[in-house]
Amino acid sequence: MTRGGVKRWYLVHKWTSLVCTAFLLILCLSGLPLVFEDELDTLLGYETPLAAVAPDTPAPSLDRIIASVRASRPGEVMTFLSFDEKRPIVTLGTAPAANSPFEQVHLQPVDLRSGAFLPVRPLRMGIIAFLYDLHESLFAGIYGTLFLGVMGLLFVLAVISGVVVYAPFMRRLDFGTIRKGRSKRLRWLDIHNLAGIAITAWLLVVGVTGVFNTLDQPLAMQWRTGQLAEMMAPYRNAPPLRRLGSVDAAVATARRASPDMDVLLVYYPGTFFSTPHHYNVFMRGRTPVTSRLIKPTLVDADTAQLTDTRDMPLHIRALFLSRPLHFGDYGGLALKIVWALLDLMAILVLGSGIYLWLGRRGAALDRRVEELVTGGTVPEPAE
Amino acid sequence: MSGPRSTARIFAIPLLLAVLSGFGLVAALLVDGPLDLLWTLAIAAPLAAIAWATRRR
Repeated sequence: MTRGGVKRWYLVHKWTSLVCTAFLLILCLSGLPLVFEDELDTLLGYETPLAAVAPDTPAPSLDRIIASVRASRPGEVMTFLSFDEKRPIVTLGTAPAANSPFEQVHLQPVDLRSGAFLPVRPLRMGIIAFLYDLHESLFAGIYGTLFLGVMGLLFVLAVISGVVVYAPFMRRLDFGTIRKGRSKRLRWLDIHNLAGIAITAWLLVVGVTGVFNTLDQPLAMQWRTGQLAEMMAPYRNAPPLRRLGSVDAAVATARRASPDMDVLLVYYPGTFFSTPHHYNVFMRGRTPVTSRLIKPTLVDADTAQLTDTRDMPLHIRALFLSRPLHFGDYGGLALKIVWALLDLMAILVLGSGIYLWLGRRGAALDRRVEELVTGGTVPEPAE
Repeated sequence: MSGPRSTARIFAIPLLLAVLSGFGLVAALLVDGPLDLLWTLAIAAPLAAIAWATRRR
């Protein structure tokens, strides 16, 4: 690469890094405990307890569970049912109206085996909720999320340009060289380069999937006006729903349509993820990959007849599959520990990057490029 | 000091680390079960490389 080329890539690396580093540090620090969200939930006692149930207790129907929850929430309507993936728990959402914002939804977990109400707990509590909001949106809602998406894109650019300037720097050095005898700056430059290049693949995977995740809400809206609208096309001019039929019957219809899948969610007519005429039953598969994907099933809420069921569009499926690659929650505790260590390495790269920039703010650009192309092997005049 | 290294040589180990960890990241997603530990070790390869370089004299 020509010296001019090195200079250009160095400037890309410097400026993309400078803009995003502070936010990336926030993301790395808040994300670190979130890797262990499940473990922390259990540790802090946030996990919903589950009592023993006598083996011959008849399990109530979903319709009976719904009736008892509705009776306990006068003035509210049902919005959805969500089935726990590991334990026999269904959580029922009720709200003042079918299209109420999520903050107004009351969540009532119920034991599927006995119909017993379990303690009401918000999705995330205390310090975990704080860290989650910080990590997802800087407490600034959808705008904060999209802003972090832009920072994530800059970060991906910073990583790529970092890989490019790694080459001229290492022309005269072996992989893993850390020079300890010379200046403190040179040692940190070596550490920055070593840690950065070693975890590049992980940085790119977590960075790109993180950016992808920030598009969650826009993609949901686009799905609603796209595929969901197509699926309900036969009902476009249908008269309003006369009565709400049985959820058990709707779930049975969805199971028949996808016999090798399990029920994950049921959305009520008039909610964001359904239509004015249907229960939308979201099914999930049973293999490691298909369990990450969900399949919407529109069932007529009055007659329990199947209207349509489709796989979600490719880009939505890619979004669902990219989530575990961002959270690192898909290979047991050992993987979570590795994830946390990689995150610490990312913090080391970010922190050393700031240190290196602070130490060179006054220096001329040509001298900084000189350091890159010589790998710092040529002693420079005293400052 | 020896002469300049080729680009291929400079990126040999970084590329190996990227392929190992990238393979582990995807394999752990596709295949569940006892092999999870193997994929986890592949994902941890960059950590081993950093530890090796910092401990070397």
